[in-house]
Amino acid sequence: MSRPSLFRYASPAVFYPLAGRLWPWFAVLAAGLAMAGLWIGLLVAPTDAQQGDAYRIIFIHVPAAWMSMLIYLVMAGYAALSLIFNTRLSAMMMRALAPTGALFTVVALWTGALWGRPTWGAWWVWDARLTSELILLFLYLGFIALQAAIDDPRRADRAGALVALVGAVNVPIIYFSVTWWNTLHQGASISLTRAPTMAHEMITAMLLVTFAAWSYAVAIALFRVRLIIRDREQQAAWMQESSEGR
Amino acid sequence: MVWNSVSEFVAMGGYGVYVWGAYAVTAVLLLIEVLQLRSHRRALDADRPAGAPRLPPAR
Amino acid sequence: MKPRHRRLAWVAGGLIALSVAAALVLNAFNRNLVFFFTPSQVIAKEAPIAHTFRIGGMVLENSLHRDGTQVRFVVTDKVHEVTVQYTGILPDLFKEGRGVVAQGRLADDGVFRADQVLAKHDENYMPPEAAEALKKGAAVNDRMSRSLVDPGTVTRP
Repeated sequence: MSRPSLFRYASPAVFYPLAGRLWPWFAVLAAGLAMAGLWIGLLVAPTDAQQGDAYRIIFIHVPAAWMSMLIYLVMAGYAALSLIFNTRLSAMMMRALAPTGALFTVVALWTGALWGRPTWGAWWVWDARLTSELILLFLYLGFIALQAAIDDPRRADRAGALVALVGAVNVPIIYFSVTWWNTLHQGASISLTRAPTMAHEMITAMLLVTFAAWSYAVAIALFRVRLIIRDREQQAAWMQESSEGR
Repeated sequence: MVWNSVSEFVAMGGYGVYVWGAYAVTAVLLLIEVLQLRSHRRALDADRPAGAPRLPPAR
Repeated sequence: MKPRHRRLAWVAGGLIALSVAAALVLNAFNRNLVFFFTPSQVIAKEAPIAHTFRIGGMVLENSLHRDGTQVRFVVTDKVHEVTVQYTGILPDLFKEGRGVVAQGRLADDGVFRADQVLAKHDENYMPPEAAEALKKGAAVNDRMSRSLVDPGTVTRP
């Protein structure tokens, strides 16, 4: 073997059973973290001085919004890998992540509407933060539609990878929109450069749900990539002889 | 615990509709994704020719 | 459905979705709705005064006047002030001393006629007791710093 060992896992035949062993662990982790986070967020965290209990939507809104951006960046990373190294698995991972990314984007927009109505006074405004997050949803949907429209999987992968890479420009726009422009949307409560501006039970709950959402996304992506591998490699010899189908 | 009663918890200080609307729709969407994946796997399982050997895994 | 038709449907659906998105986004940018202008920018005529735009800042303390459903208040960025007139229901979080974003046009008399008023809240989340303590702390600080300027008002906390 002349290639570095990491590439071993880039083989669908090797990754398939590995993903099968890993996803249940991430699923269990996601459930546990979500329960702990929601327990603290809904039962322990104090009410907010400005917004009353309407602020409790933050415990899904922020994790969902973070995941919608993170998943797109990871997709773009797999897109780059698949274009540079032409590895089959990275393209499959890219494809496996897209529906979950779109789902988190919908959740972020929906919970945002339900939070905006009682606090700002509007379900929706054409604010820079909201508009760029909506564009993210259309990027996800465009990616999914493109993949479904092209029959040849290799060509679909290349086209999808381009959309994922080009669209990645939007992610920093979403993230920094609240500092670049005067937006109705408030700034970040948690950032790497300064102390968080929340009571600590609130932060704990928000971070627990974020890690839950992350584990959920990993579990779902691993599960879905196995289905994609099965779809695509049905004819492959290793798939024929080893139908370890769980 | 910040609530004195169950009804207080449900009311969410008057924002119950918004808070629970957010949580419920999120739960339903995640459930739909999980069920959709499960039915996809079932469909693939059904496609596999009967009596195909189970295991051993590749290498 | 033949595969070719299915493919066509996906392409058509994708194109429609993309054009709707593009139209909505361009429209929002065109109508200056994506971000707001501060009173200073309005006074300096940096805001698109001839068009609908958004103005944002703090509601000046004691500036809110109600007349039936019509309200008038002053938006300030602590440098300049603009009076806003609005008919309608104010959001729950609208309060003097808090953030606000109003959408509308600047009339010739210099009063901003809003057709939408939104409350802007900040990214600080804390229990009411903590907010109360902070407010007291700020009041003490305020008194202390004033006492440095004018020794007549010294009051020890």
